[in-house]
Amino acid sequence: MPQYETVIGLEAHVELKTRAKIFCDSTTEFGGAPNTHVCPVCLGLPGALPVVNKKVVEYAIRAALALNCKIAEFSKFDRKNYYYPDMPKNYQISQYDLPIAKHGCLEIDTANGVKKIGITRLHMEEDTGKLVHQGTITTTPFSLVDYNRAGVPLIEIVSEPDLRSPEEARQYMEKLRTVILYTGVSDCKMEEGSLRCDANISVRPVGTGGFGTKAEIKNLNSFKSLQRSLAFEAERQIKTLEAGGKIVQETRTWDEGKGETLSLRSKEYAHDYRYLPDPDLVPLLIDRQWVADIRNSLPEMPDQRRLRYVKEYGLPAYDAAILTNTKELADYFEECVKAYPHPKAISNWIMGDLNRLLNLHGIEITGCKVTPQNLASLLMLIGRGTISGKIAKTVFAEMFAGGKAAETIVKEKGLTQISDKRVIVAIVDEVLARNPGPVEDYKAGRERALGFLVGQVMKASQGKANPELANKLLREKL
Amino acid sequence: MITKKDVEHVALLSRLELTGPEKDMYTRQLNDILEHFQFLARLDTENVQPTAHVLPLQNVFREDWAGLHISREDALANCPDQEENYFKVPKIV
Amino acid sequence: MQFTLRTAHEMHDQLIKKEISAEELNKTVFARIDAVDDQIGAYITRTRENALAQARAVDRQIRNGEKISPLSGIPIAIKDNICTDGIRTTAGSKILSNFIPPYSATVVKRLEAAGSTIAGKANLDEFAMGSSNENSAFLVTRNPWDTSRVPGGSSGGSAAAVAAGAAVCALGSDTGGSIRQPASFCGVVGMKPTYGAVSRYGLIAYASSLDQIGPFTRDVTDCALMLNAICGHDPLDSTSAKYQAVDYTGFLKDDVRGMKLGVPEEYMAEGIDPAVRGVVLKAMEKLESLGAVVEYTTLPHTEYALPTYYLIAQAEASSNLARYDGVRYGIRAKGSEDVIDMFMKTRSQGFGHEVKRRIMLGTYALSTGYYDAHYLKALKVRTLIKEDFDRAFKKYDLLLSPVSPTTAFRIGEKIDNPLQMYLSDICTISVNLAGIPGLSIPCGFAGGLPVGLQLMGRHFDEGTMFRAAYTFEQNTDYHKQFPEL
Repeated sequence: MPQYETVIGLEAHVELKTRAKIFCDSTTEFGGAPNTHVCPVCLGLPGALPVVNKKVVEYAIRAALALNCKIAEFSKFDRKNYYYPDMPKNYQISQYDLPIAKHGCLEIDTANGVKKIGITRLHMEEDTGKLVHQGTITTTPFSLVDYNRAGVPLIEIVSEPDLRSPEEARQYMEKLRTVILYTGVSDCKMEEGSLRCDANISVRPVGTGGFGTKAEIKNLNSFKSLQRSLAFEAERQIKTLEAGGKIVQETRTWDEGKGETLSLRSKEYAHDYRYLPDPDLVPLLIDRQWVADIRNSLPEMPDQRRLRYVKEYGLPAYDAAILTNTKELADYFEECVKAYPHPKAISNWIMGDLNRLLNLHGIEITGCKVTPQNLASLLMLIGRGTISGKIAKTVFAEMFAGGKAAETIVKEKGLTQISDKRVIVAIVDEVLARNPGPVEDYKAGRERALGFLVGQVMKASQGKANPELANKLLREKL
Repeated sequence: MITKKDVEHVALLSRLELTGPEKDMYTRQLNDILEHFQFLARLDTENVQPTAHVLPLQNVFREDWAGLHISREDALANCPDQEENYFKVPKIV
Repeated sequence: MQFTLRTAHEMHDQLIKKEISAEELNKTVFARIDAVDDQIGAYITRTRENALAQARAVDRQIRNGEKISPLSGIPIAIKDNICTDGIRTTAGSKILSNFIPPYSATVVKRLEAAGSTIAGKANLDEFAMGSSNENSAFLVTRNPWDTSRVPGGSSGGSAAAVAAGAAVCALGSDTGGSIRQPASFCGVVGMKPTYGAVSRYGLIAYASSLDQIGPFTRDVTDCALMLNAICGHDPLDSTSAKYQAVDYTGFLKDDVRGMKLGVPEEYMAEGIDPAVRGVVLKAMEKLESLGAVVEYTTLPHTEYALPTYYLIAQAEASSNLARYDGVRYGIRAKGSEDVIDMFMKTRSQGFGHEVKRRIMLGTYALSTGYYDAHYLKALKVRTLIKEDFDRAFKKYDLLLSPVSPTTAFRIGEKIDNPLQMYLSDICTISVNLAGIPGLSIPCGFAGGLPVGLQLMGRHFDEGTMFRAAYTFEQNTDYHKQFPEL
């Protein structure tokens, strides 16, 4: 049996978070009651005409620049003609031969190091409405259509067939999401459909050139389903070939419940999109100064930022990768560093307690009540020895819950570390008096008994005794 | 030369259901028309740019303001079949 | 009945002199509609109550001493492919036979803002596809000059209404001659403005790169007043030009001395009915006698205009008409197994033959393997046709020609021969391909039927057309002749 390799190309659809739709004034807000965010234009009423939302073009250029694309000087909109009930005009306004951007790339980290994935093109188009089925599309007796989403601006980002495994495909999508989030043009919520993808997949015996017949998988609405469906489909195709069968070029849908891909649109006999330049829209001449302005307004991108964290802050690559995963977290980190220039200590806190609590409560960093300044102050209190690391955890939990400053909590609760030698000596004396056994053990050379005694001192001081001082004084007394 | 099979294909792409006599009629008529249009091919257009728009307009934009909607009642007022404020259609596949 | 055959500007004078109220004026026009429309069939929908309410509002303004605009209180017929909020708009098609738009076209809003009253929705060839009004799904409109003949099309209802006094002015749309040809057949003034001069927002699209809304009127002055009211930039139409509004009545001067008028010989060649050619030549001589310089010239790519026009228009139409599928509005066929079946049944039952033929022609022209030889080829030839006009307008202020090769033909005469029907558009389609303005003005009669003279101008130079047309009108009396009904 020959070894097969999988060839995957992805078409990602990203909803842009403009206020209004791409060709009309209807809101893009997610989740309204059905058919309430519509107007004559996005409902495709007879006589209604589209006018391009300028912000959509700006956002498309912004995303394209972040993906290292070349921005077209001349671009236009075309009609892609096909019939589907979620499409109000039975054509989709999209871009065909002159997309807004081409020739980009995205780097992903694979087991074999960094891999560059080519981006063929990026174009603007309108989203379709949403079909609601009873059960699945293949079993429902009828479908219901909500056009709220129709006309929401999308960019479609088409990758080269450079991906060689379902895992790489997932990594590519995750990286794409990170980069797009950095640009701020989309919230990329897969669960709300603002980031979706279709995958083209084929298999071929290792070492052969050319491509096998591909299948297109639609309806991939999570990173997990992307990877799982591709794994399933690759195996299905290999099995088919091994059994002497042929792969049919077709569209398939991912059935999450069954965990398999199913053939779709068997009744759509003919595909011929009959593109034509949209006569209702005029061409775009993209001003170079506009492009330069957009480029200048882009934030530092995650790859650059990660390298800088290693170089400038001396962070381990692992820390740098996690901290730069979202722009907001990286910004948070840098704000902390400004106030308290100990990057590794901050990184530890962010990756430790902060991330744990954020995940636990399902909060984004932007919704975190602990300001970078407050986190920095907390770390300063530890650094100065005002509170112990252990107390700091308690203080932080309270800061996270209520948003109070570290100093306030420490003061209110009297959590200041006891570093007064006389006070600690008194406690030590008492502990020694009450624990003759462990004292004997220690003296008999059992070092572990000291740990117990330190613990008792800490307990007696309600955790406030400076542990190093307590340790030192105990040894002296013993 | 446009064949009856071509007419059937084009009718399907256009989502039109034709009867047998209609297919014959349209095959004949489309042939007449396209035959008459044949002489267009004689014209040399090698170095001619296509004109999709007669006016030299470009970069016509609207600002990103959400505003005008129509009410759900208006949106659905002309709908041939609806359910729970959705447009209802027969099964898709 | 002479009263109802007055022009808008004459009625405006009567209104401001309080010789008649707007309500009375509208009632008179509706009485005329009641009297003649059974013979003519100009209207699909009449909106008497709306019009009278609008008229009473105008009367209040007059009573309060407010200044009213020149079209205030004037009843206007709107071609039924122009959306009117709350008023059924069918595009002459069964598929939209129950469609009530929730919005009005920009032109309708502008006319309403000017105080005009809407008399009703005028009949047309289904989706404006036709040259005779025989393709309407609802009724046959007849030519007021001879009710056995067609009024022309596709804006036949608008033209017939104005000619018969069943409206004072009307709006039509012109994709390949759909205003000018019926104006010519019915003996009224009809104008297709420069592409982009009038907003298409709310016009049910036939071929978007060619469609343009324009007026039908009884004389040139009314035509200028109507254009004043409806033209100008509209942010809702991307193809609407951003040009400075002008008052077109300023061009209504009885003077064509020194004006250079070209007559493209291709438009006077064989195929033009000799009687029509004779009438048109006389009209040209008239302009010459009034001081214009009239010369023959050439538009060498004219013979290619017909295929070019039909391929482009139908390609766009095949896409524009895809939305009529029975999901959101219009009729839906019953008893479908699934959605594709529903689409196919709905569209087959909802569209007439001509519309289906054009959709299929357009789909064919755009489909894989035929695109380059048909659609793309046509877009390139369109460039050559446009360049012909650019060259001609370097030398001439206007071009003159017949509007149609014949006068109004008999109902049923061409209905079975689509190609013959298409050939009757030969004089009007190039104007749409080039996007220039064109105007039809009554210039005489052949066999008792009106003949129109076509004036073609430079982009956005409607003013010069108005001056020439006004001069011609002031020195002739064809516009004062009315059909006996």
